[in-house]
Amino acid sequence: MLTILLDGIAYGMLLFILAVGLCVTLGLMNFINLAHGAFAMAGGYLTITLMQQAGVPFLVCLPAAFIFAAVLGLLLERTLYRHLYDKTHLDQVLFSIGLVFMAMAMVDYAYGANQQIVNLPEYLTGRINFLGASIGVYRLFVIVICSLLVIGLQLVLTQTRFGSRLRAAVDDGRVARGMGIDVTRIFAITFAVGSGLAGLGGALGTGIISFDPTFPLKYMIYFLIVISVGGTTTITGPFLAAILLGVADVAGKYYVPAVGGFIIYTIMVLVLILRPQGLFARGPAR
Amino acid sequence: MTDMTLSHQPSPEAVKARAVLLGRSRWGIAEIAFWVIAAACYFLLPTKLSLLSEIAILGLLALSIDLVLGYAGIVTLGQGAFFGIGAYAAGLAAKHGAGAGPWSDPLIGLFIGGGFAALIGFLTSFLVLRGSDLTRLMVTLGVALIVDEIVNQAKWLTGGSDGLQGVLPSPVLGIWDFDLFGRTAFIYSMSVLFVLFVIARAIVKSPFGLSLQAIKGNPLRTRAIGMPVNGRLVAIYTIGSFYAGVAGALAAQTTQFASPDYVAFHRSADALLMLVFGGAGHLYGGLLGSIIFRTMQDVLGNITPQYWQFWLGATLVGLVLFVRGGILGLLAGLRDRATRNGGAK
Amino acid sequence: MSPKILLESRQLVKRFGGILATDHVDFQLPQGARHALIGPNGAGKTTFVNLLSGVLTPTSGEIFLDGVNVTGWSARRRAHAGMARTFQINQLFADLTPLETLMLTIAERENAGWSWFRPVGSRSDFVDEAMSLLRQLGIEDIAHGRVGVLAYGKQRLLEIAVALAQKPKVLLLDEPAAGVPEHEREQILDVVAALPGDVALILIEHDMHLVFRFAKSISVLVNGGLFVEGTPEEIANDPRVRKVYLGEEEVNV
Ligand SMILES: Nc1ncnc2c1ncn2[C@@H]1O[C@H](COP(=O)(O)OP(=O)(O)OP(=O)(O)O)[C@@H](O)[C@H]1O
Ligand SMILES: [Mg+2]
Repeated sequence: MLTILLDGIAYGMLLFILAVGLCVTLGLMNFINLAHGAFAMAGGYLTITLMQQAGVPFLVCLPAAFIFAAVLGLLLERTLYRHLYDKTHLDQVLFSIGLVFMAMAMVDYAYGANQQIVNLPEYLTGRINFLGASIGVYRLFVIVICSLLVIGLQLVLTQTRFGSRLRAAVDDGRVARGMGIDVTRIFAITFAVGSGLAGLGGALGTGIISFDPTFPLKYMIYFLIVISVGGTTTITGPFLAAILLGVADVAGKYYVPAVGGFIIYTIMVLVLILRPQGLFARGPAR
Repeated sequence: MTDMTLSHQPSPEAVKARAVLLGRSRWGIAEIAFWVIAAACYFLLPTKLSLLSEIAILGLLALSIDLVLGYAGIVTLGQGAFFGIGAYAAGLAAKHGAGAGPWSDPLIGLFIGGGFAALIGFLTSFLVLRGSDLTRLMVTLGVALIVDEIVNQAKWLTGGSDGLQGVLPSPVLGIWDFDLFGRTAFIYSMSVLFVLFVIARAIVKSPFGLSLQAIKGNPLRTRAIGMPVNGRLVAIYTIGSFYAGVAGALAAQTTQFASPDYVAFHRSADALLMLVFGGAGHLYGGLLGSIIFRTMQDVLGNITPQYWQFWLGATLVGLVLFVRGGILGLLAGLRDRATRNGGAK
Repeated sequence: MSPKILLESRQLVKRFGGILATDHVDFQLPQGARHALIGPNGAGKTTFVNLLSGVLTPTSGEIFLDGVNVTGWSARRRAHAGMARTFQINQLFADLTPLETLMLTIAERENAGWSWFRPVGSRSDFVDEAMSLLRQLGIEDIAHGRVGVLAYGKQRLLEIAVALAQKPKVLLLDEPAAGVPEHEREQILDVVAALPGDVALILIEHDMHLVFRFAKSISVLVNGGLFVEGTPEEIANDPRVRKVYLGEEEVNV
């Protein structure tokens, strides 16, 4: 019971790290990037490659995945994405689905369609007793890393100048521009960091979720659920939503495998209809 | 109303204006040629009839999205759900009604498939009335995922991930049996596509169809002039679901099979791509798109499947960045420029 | 006997967060009124029209149309009950033509908007009416062009044509002449003047020459509240009005 809860929390935290970039960019530019999962996939496959081909230690792969995905994000943002901010949501969706298809095809071509598995380092495998429940060391590791990241993010958002500018821009881009905040630059940075976090999440995810070329499509749904339930005005909203989703998903697959997905999707649709600004968002819908 | 517009003679300008309006709904040469060629394919490409039926079915699905998105502006990522519902409903009707009299007739199956999809479409249409494009997108996607889950989990009914086996439709109208070469399938799918196309054509050129375009353009003003916006959207979403359901029913009948693949996300995405590629809001966009899509898939997919998927994605990206409006949008733009230059001299 | 009241608001309030955009407005519009609503920028004029026409829901208060409480009615229902309005910022259908726009409006008025099998234009009486409206506004030559590419002034005229096509009992015009070239301004005023005498009219306008030419009665709105009401003479000579609104500008009646 507690094991499932902890597994769910680990999974949820991972989902949050994967999705948080998307939430912020959506809130910031009202831009829907369905290809967000491709950056996570990039991080995941980089880790797999580095570990399997070059024998790079896992702990080195994590920052490498972050940097790789962040640079990739920055490049794409500067060259392609920025042309889409003033286009319709439909265009943005088509464009990002196009990117997803391309990413999937490339990964499929290079690695094949099979699921990739990494061999985690010795010290991260096995199970330990924690508060009377047995939990995988790796799950605990994920929880710790993600908690640190969440705290770090929260600190950056609330304590730094960049954070306050970012929050101002999310609240009202026009006003922020009026106050002389360079929203375009903030967006580029946020996009890069968000992609980087997705890449890091992908790297971390290699130990929990299996990677195959359909990853971006499969996880797109999860990201959308996190966004729709959590809203895009805060990061606590998506965080709670991600934890909830993680626990619900793990518990659902364990207890009621037949209807688990069904319930999650139904909740997503209901939240979208009844509280379009998100379950945990403050203030009225925009 | 009090004034007697009926009794007085319309002005010459009004007569002319009316001729212009009515001229828009007249069949053009290019249109007639399109359908003649489509029919002639029966003789021109006798070895490709199965592929051609498949194109007709995909075209019908894309047409259904055109009605909903291209005309009424409802962004949807879940049209595949109705395709799947239609396929399973018609498939089950054919499977369990086989030999049981008129119920197994494919035409009845079409109505069962389309009707069932329309019912679900009607019920879920209320979910897409409000909200931004983004909400609509996620809601339609969510509904499609729910349907996908049901199809995968309700093994007793749908056969789960193995698909629905043993779909054996009776001869069409009790006369034409589905043959191995796909002759019946071709004529049958093509006829259904044509009939539904003619109806869709009438709809979009009617006052109802015009009101949909107005809603897409400016919902605020349509309400201010007294238009029942929600009613119109429910109506077109239901009609669109019916069309998608019929397309699914056709697919199940002509391939004698239905699988969860029919409701999968990529089905909706592919159909959307076909429409956007051909050009939304022109009726023919989806048909043109499905022809190009399926042909490309055949050619590129034969090299490697990854190759196909890559170019599919690249096409989408390119379309959005460079060719807004698809092929037909491009053509319409050129024609506009030509007439303006012609009128300017 | 005084004419009957067609449109009325009682203690109408609209808040946007902290802003009181409409402040307990009691207002009556009799049949045949030629009423101008003036006030400085941000006074709440557009908000008031949005409340009356059902675009916004009031925070509190009531609205009556022809004696019926329509506070909870949708914009659509009010339109069918005889209320029409124009928008300060054009709200048109960019991809349609002016003729189609009017055909649509007339069809909706005559409850023919659901007709789905006959093509647009099959009702010759609708075409005739639409064309004569376009002629009245002097834009019949652009009947078949795309609205989105029309000159701003022409769009402004179409904006009014749409409201007229609704054959309203009450017509609310939100700065119809704003941004329109001089000669087309006159045209707009002529069209408005030619409306049937029993239609009740509200005109929001910043141009005082137009206001005083048009209006038989004037309300001044300041900070969301009704400041003064009266005849043009009374308003023009009211020192308070001069102070808050007209400033030092000389007013010719
Ligand atoms: N949707 C809204 N949300 C928040 N505040 C609003 C909204 N609409 C209007 N306001 C505020 O309400 C007040 C009244 O605005 P309104 O547009 O009604 O003024 P107006 O008299 O029409 O001005 P103008 O002469 O410039 O057209 C303004 O302070 C405006 O900022
Ligand atoms: Mg205003």
